[in-house]
Order: sequence, then C-alpha cells, then structure tokens
Amino acid sequence: MKRALVVLVALGLLTALQFELPHVLNPYLFQIVVLCGINIILAVSLNLINGFTGQFSIGHAGFMALGAYGSAMFSLHVGGGWVAAMSAAGIAAPIAQGAALVVALVLGGLLAAAAGYLVGLPSLRLRGDYLAIVTLGFGEIIRVLILNVDAVGAARGLPGIPPWANLFWVGVGVLSVIAVSRNLAHSTHGRALFAIRDDEVAAEALGVNTTAYKVMAFVLGSFFAGVAGGLFAHFLSYLNPNSFTFIRSIEVIAMVVLGGLGSVSGSVLAAIVLTVLPEALRPVRDYRMVIYALMLIGLMITRPQGLFGSREISLSWLLGRFRRREPRPTP
Amino acid sequence: MSEPLLRLDRVSIQFGGLKAVSELDLEIRQGELVGLIGPNGAGKTTVFNLITGVYAPTSGRILLDGKPIHGLKPHKIAKLGILRTFQNIRLFPSMSSRANVSVAEHMHARAGLAQAIFDTRTHRTDEAMLQSRAVEALTFLGLLPSADLRANELPYGQQRRLEMARALAGAPRLLLLDEPAAGLNPQETHELMGLIEEIRSRFGITILLIEHDMRVVMGACRRIAVLDYGVKIAEGTPDEIRTNAKVVEAYLGEEVPADLGAGS
Repeated sequence: MKRALVVLVALGLLTALQFELPHVLNPYLFQIVVLCGINIILAVSLNLINGFTGQFSIGHAGFMALGAYGSAMFSLHVGGGWVAAMSAAGIAAPIAQGAALVVALVLGGLLAAAAGYLVGLPSLRLRGDYLAIVTLGFGEIIRVLILNVDAVGAARGLPGIPPWANLFWVGVGVLSVIAVSRNLAHSTHGRALFAIRDDEVAAEALGVNTTAYKVMAFVLGSFFAGVAGGLFAHFLSYLNPNSFTFIRSIEVIAMVVLGGLGSVSGSVLAAIVLTVLPEALRPVRDYRMVIYALMLIGLMITRPQGLFGSREISLSWLLGRFRRREPRPTP
Repeated sequence: MSEPLLRLDRVSIQFGGLKAVSELDLEIRQGELVGLIGPNGAGKTTVFNLITGVYAPTSGRILLDGKPIHGLKPHKIAKLGILRTFQNIRLFPSMSSRANVSVAEHMHARAGLAQAIFDTRTHRTDEAMLQSRAVEALTFLGLLPSADLRANELPYGQQRRLEMARALAGAPRLLLLDEPAAGLNPQETHELMGLIEEIRSRFGITILLIEHDMRVVMGACRRIAVLDYGVKIAEGTPDEIRTNAKVVEAYLGEEVPADLGAGS
C-alpha cells in the first residue's frame, strides 16, 4: 500500500514536471534536463556491471545503440501503426504513444540484454583489462554494423523516429533503474555481486555461482542501457551511428568512477554533473574541454574513491549527519 | 562400518612436473575433528583446494557421502555443505562484517532475483531470516559489536574469527579450517581452540584442520594425518604421531629442531 502511494506520488510529480518545466525553462535547458535523465540511466546501469560486480566494461555505448536502433525500428515499422489504430479507437494520443513507447523500450532493452548475455559469456574466462578489450571490440562492432546496414540508415542516420519520449517517460526510466539497483543492493543477490567484486575466489568458495552472477550483471546492465538508448532515439527522433562511439562509453565510465564505484546515488549525481558541466562551460568557448578535463583530473586527485565512495545518500543518512556522528552501516 | 562423510581415494594432482599430492587416501567420519599437518610445502592447502573444487584431481576420487564431488565447481561443493576458511585471510574487505557473513547464507536464500528486484514479501521475510542468522553467527564468535564495521577495519584476530563466522553461517556439514591460529597470540590461540571444539560438539559439524602449531593440533585432534612432499607418511592418534619415526624425521630431521611454528 505504502509503496503504491510512493509510485503514484512519483508519477504525479513527473507529470507535473512534464507539463510545467517547459514553461519555466527554455527548450535548450529543457533538453539538458532530459539528457541528464538519459545519462543517469546509463550511469546507474553501468554501475551494476562496473561498480557492483567489479567487471570492467567499456562497451556501454554498443548496448545503448542496440536499444536505440532496435526500439526505433519497432516504432517506425510497427508502433506507429499501433498508435494510429489506438487513436482511431478513441484512445487519447499521450496514452497511445506512451503504450507504444513502453513496448518499444522493452524490446530495445531485451535486444541489448541478449547482446549483454553474449558479451557476458566470455567474462567467464576474462577479467580486468582483457574483458575491457572484448567489450570495447563489441561496442565498435555494433557501431560499424549500423554504419553499413542500409535498412537502419547506415551513415546517413535514421530520421523520422516518432518523438514519443518526454521528460515523464525518461523520469520513469530513471526511477526504475534506481529502484532496481537499490533493491538489488539490499538483497542477497546484491551481496553476491559485491562479494565477487571484493574476492572472487572466496565468493565461489561460499557458494556464489560467480559465473551466473557476472553474466546476470551484464544482462541487467545492458537491458537498461538499451532502454536509455530507446529513450534517446524517441526524444531526438533522429539517430546517427556517431552518437555511439566508444567516447560515449568512456563518458559513462567517467560518471560511474566520479560518482564512486558501487554507489547508486554517486552515479546519479555524477551523471548530472558531467552532463551539465560541458554545457555550463560553453561561455569559455575554446577552453571548454580543457577546463572540463582539468576538473575531472582535479576531482580524481582529491577524491580518488569518487564523490561518494561506496556510500549512498538516503534520508536516514542525511538525518544522521545533522544529528551526532554515529557509526554508519556500510552496505 | 558406515560410509565416511568424506573419503579421498588415491587422490593425486600434478602441476607440470611437480606431483603436489600423491595417491592420498583419507577418511573423515561424521562428527570427527581431524588434523592435517606437515612441513611447509607439504601440500596441505592443495588438499583443501582439491576438496573444495578449486583444483580437479589429476587422478583419484573424492567422495562426499559416497557420491563423487571431484570435478564439480567450487560453488556446487559449497552448496553440498563443504565450507572453508583461507590461510591468508580472504574476507570481502569493503563489506561490513554482517554482510560478509550474509554472503555465505546466500545459498540458502529462497527469494529469486525478480523477487529481490521488486522487493516482494517473500524476499523481505527471507532477508529478515538471513539477517537474524547472520546475527547468530556473529554472536557465537563474539563479533556482534563489530557487525557494522567494514571487514578491513577489524583487528587481525577478529578478521580470523570473521572468516570462521562466515563459513559457519553457510551451515556446513564439513568445515575446513586452514591454519586458523596463524598469527594469533597464545591467548587468542587458546580461545580459538575452545571455539573449534565447541563448533564440533555443539553444532555437530565435522572439521578438518590444517595447523602449523604442533601443540595446537596435538591438543585438539583425536586423529591426525601427516603429509610430507604430497605423500601421507603417517596417520593416527596424537601419541602415535608424536613418536612416529617418519614424522619426527620430516619435522626434525633437518637442522632446525626447536620451534615448529616459526616461519612460513
């Protein structure tokens, strides 16, 4: 009951934001807010793989691309017809579009998850740098494939994707990935992932099926990367393979590391900071990326464990800060 | 005679040209506390790695309740009830003591991944049960006051005990302890031996103990097997082992007779 109430309030707030924020912010700022949301989904989902489980994936852009193109193709060829049919049947446009979008996002997510399973399999044997190279290769294969398949627009890009995604749906995506991560972290399955990160041999000796869990982390992380890709596609309504270079993967890794490996709230905050920062630095023009890079270096030197370390921000934690310093439970 | 809990039947393992364990026969009966001793490099830890599935034997069989377990993955063997501690402590350093212990209970959790993600009622009751069991294991080893400290913040002696608490929380049938007294002072060692005896008598857990400190093994175990260069050179009661010529030679035959516990 209580949980249903929380969900309702959250959806109400998102609806209000969706309708009110465009009046307050200009379109440019509004777009940054939406991109922040998409980047949060990417960062929190990569945190499941790199932060929780301690694997090193630098192919997140590849999973995102699969979700983006997969969901876009669905909407272009199938979903559009559904929406037309639903509208003809008298269903209000936002509901019809939302329903079609959810199906498209889930399909895009599943496509990315299937790829995550395939990439997760070699992680049975590989770890650290070797796994990183495999995921890097995977991401590039996806991009080059898209670049050469005419059906998805090849190098011209894929235009005309129905613009169904909005702040509301991005918000739903953000809340979903955060809820999944948090619930996972507080469960025995989450502890199994942390155990693998800390000491794989000991985890296995205590009955943790390390292989299955590593693949599971990959599948779950890539599912949400696919969802983020789908939202990206249906928000910009145009896709180009150049959006999914490995630079994009590196940006997401920077968010996870800056936020603190394993910290969900850290990933969220860092995703916002690293999305807003390059835009906020536009006034300094040519020096923009130099300053951006210097700030990253400075942050890593002063806080190598990330903004949050492995901690989480929660209401009880904040209250604890205001009261006396008590020993805080670590996850 | 009934089937022993664990039986090693002519188990050998070869690493390249080195035969680390050779034709080892060993039986451990339900409820026993058996010691496994031997000079450095005798292959004691390798035996543990063979039993727990870290290595597969080159030849021979390992039977639990008469059923072969060699070749199974370590996590499968753990689920069958064989849990271990490590000679060089292998805790999960960034996790709290409580979480360290809970990891071992993982294999008894009923709620699946989907139930965890949606935080269902089954998952909540399951989690509450796991947490209360973790508290039991921590209490038994006197670690409850440090339950919420990170494992790497604990003093050394407590880290050793946390390893045992973690293994116990997995409800083992056979507990393998790899030099649990290493690095402990005499007082701590004494307490530890009491604890080990209590684990055996109170919970009925069978224990195989590797130990370097001869006095500890002699005092605690009723049956001891001695390894030297991967070969079992003796097996028997502490008195038999103490007077066994081969054992004396393996340990004392070289030039340094005095302290058997020193160095590693």
